[in-house]
Amino acid sequence: MHTDAAVAPSRLAHHFPDMKTQEHAARMGMWLFLSTEILLFAVLFTAYALYRFLFPVGFEEASKLAHVAMGATNTVVLITSSLTVALAIHYARHGENRKVVGLLAVTILAGAIFMVLKGIEYHHHWVDGQLPGSLYHYAGLKGPGVSMYFTVYFLMTGLHGLHVLIGMGVLAWVAVRAARGEFGPSYSTPVELSGLYWHLVDLIWIFLFPLLYLV
Amino acid sequence: MSQSPASSPVYNEPNYLDAEKGLRSWLTTLDHKRIGVMYLVLTLVGFFLGGVFALLIRLELLTPGPTIMDAMTYNRMFTLHGVVMIFLFMIPAIPGIFGNFFIPLMIGAQDVAFPRINLLSVYLYLAGAAIALVGMINGGTDTGWTFYTPYSTTTVTTVAPVLLGAFILGMGSIVTGLNFIVTVHTMRAPGVTWMRLPLFVWAMYATSVIQVLATPVLGMTLLLVAFEKVFGFGIFDPARGGDPILFQHLFWFYSHPAVYIMILPAMGVVSEVVQTFARKNMFGYKAVAFSSLGIAFVGFFVWGHHLFTSGQSTFASGVFGVLSMFVGLFTAIKVFNWTATMYKGAIQVSAPFVYFMGFLYFLVFGGLTGIALSTVSLDVHWQDTYFVVAHFHFIMVGGTIMAFLAGLHYWWPKMFGKMYSERWALAAAVLVIIGFNATFIPQFLLGNMGMPRRYYSYPEQFWPLNVASTAGASLLAFGFTLILFYLIASLVKGRASGPNPWLSRGYEWNTPSPPSLQNFPQTPEYDRGPHEYQDGPAAAEVKHAH
Repeated sequence: MHTDAAVAPSRLAHHFPDMKTQEHAARMGMWLFLSTEILLFAVLFTAYALYRFLFPVGFEEASKLAHVAMGATNTVVLITSSLTVALAIHYARHGENRKVVGLLAVTILAGAIFMVLKGIEYHHHWVDGQLPGSLYHYAGLKGPGVSMYFTVYFLMTGLHGLHVLIGMGVLAWVAVRAARGEFGPSYSTPVELSGLYWHLVDLIWIFLFPLLYLV
Repeated sequence: MSQSPASSPVYNEPNYLDAEKGLRSWLTTLDHKRIGVMYLVLTLVGFFLGGVFALLIRLELLTPGPTIMDAMTYNRMFTLHGVVMIFLFMIPAIPGIFGNFFIPLMIGAQDVAFPRINLLSVYLYLAGAAIALVGMINGGTDTGWTFYTPYSTTTVTTVAPVLLGAFILGMGSIVTGLNFIVTVHTMRAPGVTWMRLPLFVWAMYATSVIQVLATPVLGMTLLLVAFEKVFGFGIFDPARGGDPILFQHLFWFYSHPAVYIMILPAMGVVSEVVQTFARKNMFGYKAVAFSSLGIAFVGFFVWGHHLFTSGQSTFASGVFGVLSMFVGLFTAIKVFNWTATMYKGAIQVSAPFVYFMGFLYFLVFGGLTGIALSTVSLDVHWQDTYFVVAHFHFIMVGGTIMAFLAGLHYWWPKMFGKMYSERWALAAAVLVIIGFNATFIPQFLLGNMGMPRRYYSYPEQFWPLNVASTAGASLLAFGFTLILFYLIASLVKGRASGPNPWLSRGYEWNTPSPPSLQNFPQTPEYDRGPHEYQDGPAAAEVKHAH
């Protein structure tokens, strides 16, 4: 089942018959976890759909206040980071741990750039009073549904940003393990699963960007 | 018995209770059996608290007008009762206790797939319970367990800690479900095919699917309410363009499937009990297995029946009503098969079987009133009356708690290796079943007469039936206390049960009682399904008979 006899036995938990089953279980658990994440966001997508339907004009006007350039840059940054994390998985399987560390560092850096740009956007909205619900006090745009746009905007991007931060933490932990040379042909599940998580975070942004910035 | 290494259940190993000593060994354990026992203790504390609140509610309703508390205290009390019973007992109890303890034993595995995440779920339970209870005591939420907006976002009482607590409890529930799904998929021993899977495992599998797919929606929704309450985000606030009905949709998208999180495990438990005590394998195994999945599936499309009077379109209400009746269809399939399993069986009337009979009666009675309630025109009459309260309690208390007690008595010897007093157990079972009827049948009548739920006071004409209901509740409380006493007594001075006192052929009984720390000395292999009794008693069973 496993070729690397020095590594594999210590990785095998007592309750699994072999590494293949253990990794199958880990992968399945991750996919189920990702499905719960999608459902978590689904609530906000539902709210978005409903309020966009109720306030088409308010949402259209308010979404013009979003900073499209920064949002677009962030989209490119995140898609690039999805590429680097995919390459990291590839090299982990080949045991090239140094490359894994480098690629994960680039991924984490991309996450950091994303968060900084997001922070700048938030700062602008904050200064202008473009805030959720009762906190909204922007004089430039009034009308039904405008503050609701920012409620939905901050909830969706906030929850997504939290996921980016968590993903950066997880990838950092995996990078430390890669630096210790832990991954190889017989064992690369942590890189693979954290990569899956990062792809999901990326994927959600790919939906958020057009919905909140473009349409 | 024909399967190979597990046929001799006497292992030269310490059992899981004696393997390690001390509180620390329990708090850090990764053993699914110990985690099951921890859930037993924790959820019973929850059940006790919820029961005390229920008794206080019934005492207040003993007379018209204020009896022992004011209106606000009463509102807090029924909220406490609902939140504690649902989130601290009904949802986690059977999966947490019996699911953890028996799924690995039933599929021939050494543990669940993710033991550390399993322990995490216990701590999430503890953290969520602590936050919710502290919030309840400090501020005293008065919204009911449904947290309907805009009341929950404008009430003077504290709501946010309870919402946060429920969110964390939900995470624990998700983690448990995820763990079980992966366990069932990846860890079945050779020979435990899907079509040989014990029916309890099938039911837990269906439950887990709901836990994983529905709970995140509730979690997010409750967080939104908390954001709205604390920061004024306005997402459900009509004054800022928010839609309170959206909350109702999102809430019931979880909370209706959640009642199947509560009843499906119960259905799994009684499937095991009826096979053992009728000494017959399930009549229509596949129908029972797949109807669990059917309930889990249809359960996602019926939430709108909670919104019949919330301004939902008549067409939508009709569709949701008809879909709701499908649940009755799948349930009827199960009831038919359980009944047919008893036919020409060698029935042994012991405490678990009595609870099974109680379960069957309450489920059919409660289920039929459920069909009636899903009929839109009837529901408009019964909406928010005690009729709904009685229906819900018939399924939840009558169904789930009867099955919980059946499972507790059935598996008690396996979990602790001790027998309780059968005579006391039968007496308590009769007491509980009578007490339950006396509590909730009057509530059906009160509801039909128009007594609304969630009021601390009522007009004179409802007095006699309320007295009857409170009397029944006292009987119930007495019965539960009795059970607690003789079960604890059995731990202290009960006789050893032997590995298989019921001569059951469920897979989990191929272990010593209590099971050894390592479930099986080597992975078992099976060449028969569980509960195959056709070929008469096997030699090994006769040897262990008491």
